[in-house]
Amino acid sequence: MELRPPNERSHESGPGKTKMTGPELLKSLSRLLGLKIQSRIEFRHETTFTIQPQDLREVAKFGRDELSFDYLIDISSVDNLGEEPRFEVVYELYSMTLAIHLRLKLAVSEEVCAVDTVSDIWPTADWHEREIYDMMGIRFNNHPDLRRILMWDGYPFFPLRKDFPLEGLPSEMPDVAFTSAAPMEGGPFVTQPSTATAKDREPRARRPEVTS
Amino acid sequence: MPQVAAYDSKIEGNVIFTQLDAAMNWMRKNSLWPMPMGLACCAIELMAAAASRFDIARFGSEVMRFSPRQCDVMIVAGTVTYKMALAVKRIWEQMPEPKWCIAMGACASSGGMYRSYAVLQGIDQLIPVDVYISGCPPRPEALLEGLMRLQKKIEGEQSFLAQKPRLAAELAPEIQRRPPVRAYVRGGIVGAPPSKRTLA
Repeated sequence: MELRPPNERSHESGPGKTKMTGPELLKSLSRLLGLKIQSRIEFRHETTFTIQPQDLREVAKFGRDELSFDYLIDISSVDNLGEEPRFEVVYELYSMTLAIHLRLKLAVSEEVCAVDTVSDIWPTADWHEREIYDMMGIRFNNHPDLRRILMWDGYPFFPLRKDFPLEGLPSEMPDVAFTSAAPMEGGPFVTQPSTATAKDREPRARRPEVTS
Repeated sequence: MPQVAAYDSKIEGNVIFTQLDAAMNWMRKNSLWPMPMGLACCAIELMAAAASRFDIARFGSEVMRFSPRQCDVMIVAGTVTYKMALAVKRIWEQMPEPKWCIAMGACASSGGMYRSYAVLQGIDQLIPVDVYISGCPPRPEALLEGLMRLQKKIEGEQSFLAQKPRLAAELAPEIQRRPPVRAYVRGGIVGAPPSKRTLA
């Protein structure tokens, strides 16, 4: 039997039952998914597809069952404040059998602010989607248990949105939790890249005249 | 009934005359049972302080109690998030008096590096802190130093008259009732101004 490096492992049960290696499969994905793909980006051997939100479940099922993307590594969300559509949801897929990555991106407008759940396709999506709902406020249709996961139920803000201040906003839920805005004291405290000494470069509150 | 004499030849040499406060404080400061409120990496240093290399047992504080009702000192070791804050306060309120609090590390003292929507900016916003320990995290020696400072502070407390006024009045009604001393004198290592929430 011919030995191959792990990322060259063949895909036995692939579409059309042809034997394909991981890179070959990625190359042919555009053809397999056809019109579902809006754009395709190759960067440093990473493949990113942009798809329409309404096609997500179809692409996800096809990817899991036919293309052997059996592992959902992560779901993340991006807030492009000021752009339209405002949000992006990013799915990181991995195939254990072929050892290849695939990234799916879909744009979500602020008015809709909802995506179909994939928690029935990859069960790990359950908590990832709850975290996105908690931090970014994007809802997931048909999610079995869409509650906040880090903040408490009833916290009124979505803290990772770009228009949410770093120091937070005051809120009060009696007997549950409260928040108040953190004193920034001249912050945020960031390192300033320069050739100055470590003492001058270290993160600290700087007076405006010193900063400029 | 004959008056019981303090002098007895059988125990001669084992009798010490001292102030009641001094005796109470001596007992208290040498058996401070901690409530280990380990919330972040400071808890690892707290565990190291309890283990054999640093051996907090030398100071009588090895008895980490996981029931607040058996604790004397709450060691808040780590980042207090707003989600945890009221739980910490509730556990503090379940501890019997007299009780003390050590804010271990930058996060518990001031929020530390988390100037954030999610982190309480110092546990002294909710409960009175006796000793603040700097460090991120503090070394076990720093925790032991803080514990020794707390012991020194307990030595100076007016334990009997201030904390047991009714018992004092029963035992010695002729004692002039002194104005009560605040149980928590802000005499820690690093002072931080109390917030409105402390006073509320």
